[in-house]
Amino acid sequence: MSETPEKRGGHISQAWLVILLAVLYGGALAGVETTLGPIIEKNKKDETLGKVPQLVKGAAVGETVEIQLAGVDGSFQTVYRVFADDAEKTHKGWVLPAGGKGFADRIEVLIGLNADASVITGLYVLDQKETPGLGDYITDQERFLDQFSGRSAERPLTIAKGDPAGDGNQIRPLTGATISSKSVADIVNSAIANFQEPIRREAATTR
Amino acid sequence: MTESHPMATHEPTAAERFIQGILPENPVYRQLLGMCPTLAVTGAMEPAMTMAAATAFVLISANVMISLIRRLLKPHLRILVFTLTIATFVTIADRVLAAYLYQMSKQLGPYVPLIIVNCLIISRCEICSSKQGTFVAICDAVGMSIGFALALGSIATVREVLGSGTWFGLPLLPDSWPGWGIMVLPPGAFLTLGLLLGIAEWIGQRRKEKQQGA
Repeated sequence: MSETPEKRGGHISQAWLVILLAVLYGGALAGVETTLGPIIEKNKKDETLGKVPQLVKGAAVGETVEIQLAGVDGSFQTVYRVFADDAEKTHKGWVLPAGGKGFADRIEVLIGLNADASVITGLYVLDQKETPGLGDYITDQERFLDQFSGRSAERPLTIAKGDPAGDGNQIRPLTGATISSKSVADIVNSAIANFQEPIRREAATTR
Repeated sequence: MTESHPMATHEPTAAERFIQGILPENPVYRQLLGMCPTLAVTGAMEPAMTMAAATAFVLISANVMISLIRRLLKPHLRILVFTLTIATFVTIADRVLAAYLYQMSKQLGPYVPLIIVNCLIISRCEICSSKQGTFVAICDAVGMSIGFALALGSIATVREVLGSGTWFGLPLLPDSWPGWGIMVLPPGAFLTLGLLLGIAEWIGQRRKEKQQGA
């Protein structure tokens, strides 16, 4: 640059507008985040809680208790203990959030478990970015997710090649989306392996 | 083609700016700007229109802001100021969507933050709002936003109707329609854009020929 010194001026006289704008915009964004942050967090939680009755039959949204549990591998996780809305407040089961790598990006699911965490009562995909038209059918209850309900949580789920065998823990994968299907099964398997014991301990110590 | 004129001779008026954005210099069909959202979120009308609205918000806000501070801009720092301004408004749009249209914000995923790199916005800052008054800048941004929405809407209409048999989620074609899955997938976006671009170009050529013939 062939500018003369007096034309160039000091750094501040050059950049004052950028600095001022950065401060102003930063303040504005902090304001937006303070206002909207809680609403966004609430949206995420409401989505989870809204799925409780679908994941564990007979459970009521209003009766859900949030518990922090340490998994077998030492990682902490919020687990939802769900109850029926009746006089005895019957303990119906658990909702276990889990996540892991899918075909495209991270898949996040909610796993419904019965009271002693021995049977999967439901499965819901919270977030996924799988291939539209193929892998994203993992969010489809009828096509894919419903088959997880009623499976035993005592042994890992496997992906069937061809027709699912009669041993009860084979999942029929989606056509053209074997990896997405397997990812979901793996996420469920590892979450159960990690949290089944802690959940049972929790169930035994309280009530 | 007013951009090619020397600035001294003629600066487009507000009305000219407004009209140009809609069709004569349509951001997608004539300038080929903003291809990322054009291809990525036009599988259905709802995400396409949400994207168009978010882009319009950012475009109009950034144009007004830049136009207000245009006399303070240092030429060699202007792109920095543009980017800073655009990024701020995009972040606001992203947070507002996540707070009030949570499902849609999840569906659009990374494409809302990616509005930052939509060349349509920075080009309007450079061409119009850093040089002209606030009223002209608003007209320009509104015109361009309408043009962008029309372009996204036209592509999304073709893809959603042929791909899912619906429009804005409402059933349009009979249930017997098989739904051309490929139209909802990325190849459908390229096919539709290519065909519509060809048609737009063909109409443009014919109009030119007519004008020359007359």
